[in-house]
Amino acid sequence: MSVLVSLNGRRRIYEVKGDVAVVRINDPNSKVNTLSIQMQKEMAEVMDEVWANDAVKSAVLISSKPGCFIAGADINMIQSCNSADEVTTLSQEGQKMFERIEKSPKPIVAAINGSCLGGGLEFAIACQYRIATKSKKTVLGTPEVMLGLLPGAGGTQRLPKMVGLPSAFDMMLTGRNIRADKAKKMGLVNQLVDPLGPGLKSPEERTIDYLEEVAIEYARGIVNKKIPIRKEKEIQDYVMSFEFVRNQIYKTVHSKVMKQSKGLYPAPLKIIECVKTGVEQGPVAGYLSESQNFGQLARTSESGALIGLYHGQVACKKNHYGVPQREVKTLAILGAGLMGAGVAQVTVDKGVHTVLKDTTVSGLARGEQQVYKGLNDKTKKRNITSFQRDSILSGLTGQLDYSGFEKVDMVIEAVFEDIHIKHAVLKEVEAVVSPHCIFASNTSALPIKDIAAASKRPDKVIGMHYFSPVDKMQLLEIITTDQTSKDTTASAVAVGLKQGKVIIVVGDGPGFYTTRCLAPMLAEAVRVLQEGVDPKKLDALTTSFGFPVGAATLADEVGIDVAAHVAEDLGKAFGSRFGGGNVEVLKTMVDLGFKGRKSGKGCYIYQPGLKTKEVNPDIGDVLEQFRMTPNPAVSSDSDVQYRLVSRFVNEAVLCLQEGILKNPLEGDIGAVFGLGFPPCLGGPFRFVDSFGADKLVEKMRRFEAVYGNQFTPCQLLLDHAKDSSKKFHK
Amino acid sequence: MSSMLLSTMRGCSVSPSWAVRLGARSLSTTAQLHAQVQTKSKKTLARPGVKNVVLVEGVRTPFLLSGTTYADLMPHDLARAALQGLLQRTGLPKDAVDYIIYGTVIQEVKTSNVAREAALGAGFSDKIPAHTVTMACISSNQAMTSGVGLIAAGQCDSIVAGGVEFMSDVPIRHSRKMRKTMLSLSRAKTLGQRLGLIGSIRMAHLSPELPAVAEFSTAETMGHSADRLAAAFGVSRVEQDEFAVRSHTLAKKAQDAGLLQDVISFKVPGRDIVSKDNGIRVSSMEQMGKLKAAFIKPHGTVTAANSSFLTDGASAVLIMSEEKALAMGYKPKAYLRDFVYVSQDPKDQLLLGPTYGTPKVLERAGLTMSDIDVFEFHEAFAGQIMANLKAMDSDWFGQTYLGKKSKVGTPPMEKFNLWGGSLSLGHPFGATGCRLVTTVAHRLQKEGGQYGLLAACAAGGQGHAMVIEAYPQ
Repeated sequence: MSVLVSLNGRRRIYEVKGDVAVVRINDPNSKVNTLSIQMQKEMAEVMDEVWANDAVKSAVLISSKPGCFIAGADINMIQSCNSADEVTTLSQEGQKMFERIEKSPKPIVAAINGSCLGGGLEFAIACQYRIATKSKKTVLGTPEVMLGLLPGAGGTQRLPKMVGLPSAFDMMLTGRNIRADKAKKMGLVNQLVDPLGPGLKSPEERTIDYLEEVAIEYARGIVNKKIPIRKEKEIQDYVMSFEFVRNQIYKTVHSKVMKQSKGLYPAPLKIIECVKTGVEQGPVAGYLSESQNFGQLARTSESGALIGLYHGQVACKKNHYGVPQREVKTLAILGAGLMGAGVAQVTVDKGVHTVLKDTTVSGLARGEQQVYKGLNDKTKKRNITSFQRDSILSGLTGQLDYSGFEKVDMVIEAVFEDIHIKHAVLKEVEAVVSPHCIFASNTSALPIKDIAAASKRPDKVIGMHYFSPVDKMQLLEIITTDQTSKDTTASAVAVGLKQGKVIIVVGDGPGFYTTRCLAPMLAEAVRVLQEGVDPKKLDALTTSFGFPVGAATLADEVGIDVAAHVAEDLGKAFGSRFGGGNVEVLKTMVDLGFKGRKSGKGCYIYQPGLKTKEVNPDIGDVLEQFRMTPNPAVSSDSDVQYRLVSRFVNEAVLCLQEGILKNPLEGDIGAVFGLGFPPCLGGPFRFVDSFGADKLVEKMRRFEAVYGNQFTPCQLLLDHAKDSSKKFHK
Repeated sequence: MSSMLLSTMRGCSVSPSWAVRLGARSLSTTAQLHAQVQTKSKKTLARPGVKNVVLVEGVRTPFLLSGTTYADLMPHDLARAALQGLLQRTGLPKDAVDYIIYGTVIQEVKTSNVAREAALGAGFSDKIPAHTVTMACISSNQAMTSGVGLIAAGQCDSIVAGGVEFMSDVPIRHSRKMRKTMLSLSRAKTLGQRLGLIGSIRMAHLSPELPAVAEFSTAETMGHSADRLAAAFGVSRVEQDEFAVRSHTLAKKAQDAGLLQDVISFKVPGRDIVSKDNGIRVSSMEQMGKLKAAFIKPHGTVTAANSSFLTDGASAVLIMSEEKALAMGYKPKAYLRDFVYVSQDPKDQLLLGPTYGTPKVLERAGLTMSDIDVFEFHEAFAGQIMANLKAMDSDWFGQTYLGKKSKVGTPPMEKFNLWGGSLSLGHPFGATGCRLVTTVAHRLQKEGGQYGLLAACAAGGQGHAMVIEAYPQ
């Protein structure tokens, strides 16, 4: 006997099955469910009906959308608030609603299939019982910290009670997604349900039905007292009952956060504060602290920057160039070096047949081993099974010649950065491939039009600039020339998206966008070193500004030889503006074999197995050779930081001015995801907006007086400085 | 020519119309032994240019719950017993067989070619070659069809095929690390090296590796997959329990009525003579309902009582070309006709072999579901059988996964597994296929039907189906 209560237009519909009310969440206007004001209102109405209905003894809360329970709170709802108090009120309304759920006289079972994040998780943990599908798509987590926020609807209060202090801190401070099986072990969910294959319906539909059937059974079981809802006391709870243990945890977590965030991110510290207040002073104080801190955080520039990056990332995960005429089914990579093999790894595991070509057996073996290792590490982490690893690898062909290239849809070359070699392989490739095949160059600085000059079909030539290590770095910079066809661009973007990349599409020119921004900053870093600043100090200055990797370490990671190469090339192209440090410093280091991490020595000495790295003692002699006298007027710690950052930012703005960049958004995404520009600043353009173009220009003018045109602000930056109403981001 | 025509027609996705097919068959005027077909309205499946292969006899040892009377034997002992039983039943001279093939799943490492060891032990001539095949639960099906292939290719005239499984003792290995140490130890030259190796052994190395009835590719146990399959098709616990009770009830009836003629008596060394399957247990629905889920706990529906149990047993069949059988004076039991092997997704469709195999073999044979008089499906789990029946009854499944216009259709229950099945009689993995074939033949004789169809699922997401035609009485 089931009664369908017709509630047209509502996101929630509830149906009574026997004595269990099944509440189905389904936002009609979106692919995912989010907790908006509208939904909260409807939820309250539906729950009132459920509580008032005497025929109902318990309830099941489930989403009708495959792959999504509730993806979180509606970000726009928070952003449209005009004051911290308004956001605090929002938080308090959420807290109240979930308190009613928590105190429900009729047990509520949350049946989770798909993403259960942020506010969705807070909703679920307010319910009396949670059942989740073991599907890969089912993930639970509190990602608010990544947006500079905190779980503001009771999460900071309920989560520690549910999973214990250490796990709760881990979840809330890292924001990482937790898979269903792990969630069960942690006590975050009570029961797991297997995803089903095809039956009388599609796997997705049937799995949701099955989850609902099982959840109804459990809901009845809870009412009949056959299923306990209180978790058993564990040793951990006993340990946590000692105040000194808890204090030790707060202390450790706090110092870890300070070490990693350099105090630049307020959200993690506020999360610790809210949890501590709740645990030590009771729920009333805890909930108040949570809502107030939530309100404050929502108004911080850090949160604004992080939310901006989130939106940017979403925008850069779409193909704005349409559907390519042909899907790339076979992709060939020339050069099995670090880059080539990295590209192969992120391609082959997406089901694309991947050909990895090198010129030597040893080079090929190294590359294939890198792909294997990358996949095998996933096996060890149990992300994939060894069987999946093997079947993925069956899609990889290693070869030394061009046999079978007539079937290749796209070639990505990752050979040595030399225009003559690039021309040679381009001609070799064009001699064997079919007419539709696209030729992409993974160069970091050579202009694509120079490479395309050797091509018979320049419309099929494009740049695809990956970042090392390819399997970790999210960014892909795609470079189009005037001649690159739209379909070629669409195809390159489609491949990049398949590889899981965040993509910016930029115009052609020496160094494109990312390398061009990085080069002046590295030139400045070299000058700073020449002025007698120790590499460790240089790193400390950059990381304390918010860069995840210090400038000296970054140079080692990129490779001193690559940096020297790029500095020289771009120096030729752009002239004295790219000067600063002496290129000879880098060249001398290369001559001495200090090529960075890959050669074991650079600014630092790298020893396998050792985590700490020491400054390369021989580098002092090199720097001594090129010693410059610092000018005390522009050499304070803060000045050094702004010298580095302003050159980066100015070059980025110039890229926008010159049309290399299409919009500031892609500029911010490229800088943060490709170069590690401080995420808390949201990228160079958002930084200019929040810091003030006028203030930046003022600083640059001061540096310009000492160093000359390297610090001359570009016209667009000057325009923004003149008119404070001009902003890159609205 | 005519065979070419036939094969093109068989290749058509829509099964050829009755008239055209009859016309095509009438081309086979030279086909031998055409006249022997019984005078029912149906035609025979004999095909020009294709040798008729017949089942002369089929036997099996009683299927026993593992750990019972057979507990102290070895696999080849069971296979030997089946072979000796076959020799006895048929009076076959010990050198009158061209080839022996056995199927088995979990191999005893000492007798990895169990076919050869059993044949020698059973007293067959040592001049008869023997090999062992493995294809999970359809291993003995593979043994038989390999034999059919050898006969059809003119390589052999008479074949003994069979299967054996012995679950009372399975190979339990040392851990990989321990094995590595032990192998290095055998190569160590000095005392120092030996002591070093012995010293490197840790407690963890001593934990053994147990064989699991789990898919290598997915690491999922079969029972777990069966439970998910049942859930995917919405098979309820009650439906499964009812089907299991039906299987046990029918098996009991068949056993009591003496219909299970393929069972031979076996004097187990040191024990009594065994002459009956011992896993048949007719329970009430209440008793069935009390059991807890065995794989997906606690809300699963597959229990120990509605699954087939671990079984020891062996089977054997004698198959020959029809001419050879007649020349040797045998009265064959049935023709072994078209057969197919199918395979699909080992994760979500692990046990759907019958659903895929049945329509395919029917199409090959040019028959429809209603032409079949006897159905014998391997019952791995009651839930698996019910899921297959529902899949075959679903238009959506037929269209989406089988590429058909509509559903396959289900076998009528009054023709289905009437003498029990693997759930009740037992399921020695490697031996079940021969039991199915022999049972179809015996039921065709007993019930007076003309066509029988057997189907089975197997680990790896594979399946098998075969059409059997009654030999004219």
